Amino acid sequence: MSKIKMTANVIKQDMIGPDIYSLWILAEEIAAQARAGQFLSVYTKDASRLLPRPISICEIDREEGALRLVYRIAGGGTREFAGYRAGDTVTVLGPLGNGFPEIAADRHVFLIGGGIGIPPMLELAKELNCEKTAVLGYRDAQLFLKEEFEPYAEVVVATEDGSVGTKGNVLDAIREQGLIADTAGHLKLPAGEAVKQKPAAPVILACGPTPMLRALKAFAAERRIECWLSLEERMACGVGACLACVCQTGGVDAHSNVHNKRICKDGPVFEAGEVEL
Amino acid sequence: MIDTRVTIAGVELKNPVMTASGTFGSGEEYSEFVDLNRLGAVVTKGVANVPWPGNPTPRVAEVYGGMLNAIGLQNPGIDVFARRDIPFLKKYDTKIVVNVCGRTAEDYIDVVERLGDEPVDLLEINISCPNVKEGGIAFGQDPKAVEKITRQVKEHARQPVIMKLSPNVTDITVMAKAAEAGGADAISLINTLTGMKIDIHKRMFVLANKTGGMSGPAIKPIAVRMVYQAANAVKLPVIGMGGIATAEDAIEFLLAGATAVSVGTANFFNPCATVEIVEGIEKYMEKYGIADVKELIGAVR
Repeated sequence: MSKIKMTANVIKQDMIGPDIYSLWILAEEIAAQARAGQFLSVYTKDASRLLPRPISICEIDREEGALRLVYRIAGGGTREFAGYRAGDTVTVLGPLGNGFPEIAADRHVFLIGGGIGIPPMLELAKELNCEKTAVLGYRDAQLFLKEEFEPYAEVVVATEDGSVGTKGNVLDAIREQGLIADTAGHLKLPAGEAVKQKPAAPVILACGPTPMLRALKAFAAERRIECWLSLEERMACGVGACLACVCQTGGVDAHSNVHNKRICKDGPVFEAGEVEL
Repeated sequence: MIDTRVTIAGVELKNPVMTASGTFGSGEEYSEFVDLNRLGAVVTKGVANVPWPGNPTPRVAEVYGGMLNAIGLQNPGIDVFARRDIPFLKKYDTKIVVNVCGRTAEDYIDVVERLGDEPVDLLEINISCPNVKEGGIAFGQDPKAVEKITRQVKEHARQPVIMKLSPNVTDITVMAKAAEAGGADAISLINTLTGMKIDIHKRMFVLANKTGGMSGPAIKPIAVRMVYQAANAVKLPVIGMGGIATAEDAIEFLLAGATAVSVGTANFFNPCATVEIVEGIEKYMEKYGIADVKELIGAVR
């Protein structure tokens, strides 16, 4: 697999939530290799903004050679991206990072996304061929991408303001709705529904703000649930050279020879037990 | 035929384009984008006698026309480096410059001695990192300390020694002369300028280290000026760097007096920058009928 830097054509762009944009680009060489959980470095046209913006891949259309990026305006660079229209070009480098692991068909996957961590979970929802529950955490009733998960997964929503679904965060929704078996193996099910004899072994795949990931890591460790987390950090090179975007690891990493891994190259997806959050 | 070769302390480079320490790892990551055989030299990320974990994150911030970094010289230590990174670079037809960092004079000497038997062409001694509490810049802001550490390193070094100078000083010529007095074979400049960025919404420093080293195109005029001053103050060859992103930038440094140049932050926004600069210098020489790149060195006075 090789990383490709290219100028891609913008197919279309839509605002799909408050300051949240959906950008489809034509990038055949990257789309052919990309997998869920990887990201692109996106370069601004304004030369005063030097560094590429790392943006996760939301959807991959391998037939059309297209990629979808869903991002939130966080500053001048992403504001520039939000102005792109069909026919414009954008320079990108990718696919970067490792992506999520393959999951066996007999597992029950919990795709957990918080805020702007939701987009990379959509491609996973489309690709995984197993029992799937998406737990999506939003600030309020602006439920961007929620309907797009529905064909692929059971969708559970948490909102910070309580306007839709569980009031609180994704973990509150998991607890309140008894989605993941407790330590004794019991699922809390709606009255009248038969308890499954042997629920499929759960796997948590998550992307979102660090406090959410930290809570999920503790939750998964307590219940001995397999858990993979997609991390985020300020990056410079995006390819593993500059050592800006490190995360702490429990053990000594082979590359760094210290307790640091590179999120851009060794991640962004890590087995939860491997990283210290 | 044009001749792009330059010589630094007896080491002949096929062209004057090198990488800047800390922006290029040991070349492996960028070998996916550029042919390392095309480069005059690869300058590695700084290596110490033992592994260093570096600073907490966030370690980088973008600023207008540049960036701040406070990586804190994270490195795997000389043992892993010598076993893994040097053999990787030996596969290529380019010169190897190992950047050496330390907290104490003994740390630097330890690394330099370990490298004595390694197939390394030049040593670059980092006495100018603004992001570590001990060592680094502490050696680079006092001319007596510069001269002393240079002399100590030279006593133990088998390869020629480049002293990498800090721009965070009142008079760069004083530091250049101090390195020369200590017996340096060459000097390189500029390292990053100490900067700071504050997030007004969170009312916090953006970098966990509070301050960071500024690099990128915005610092280039300062770097050109300092290279010009240093090159005219000492007889040593000068390796110029600071904001080089294009061949035109690199040629500016050569004209100011640099014998070679290093490309740093540009790698982050253009992973092919180094080789594009090599090619751009060749085109410039052809355009102006310059047979030997050495004609450009210090040509503007």
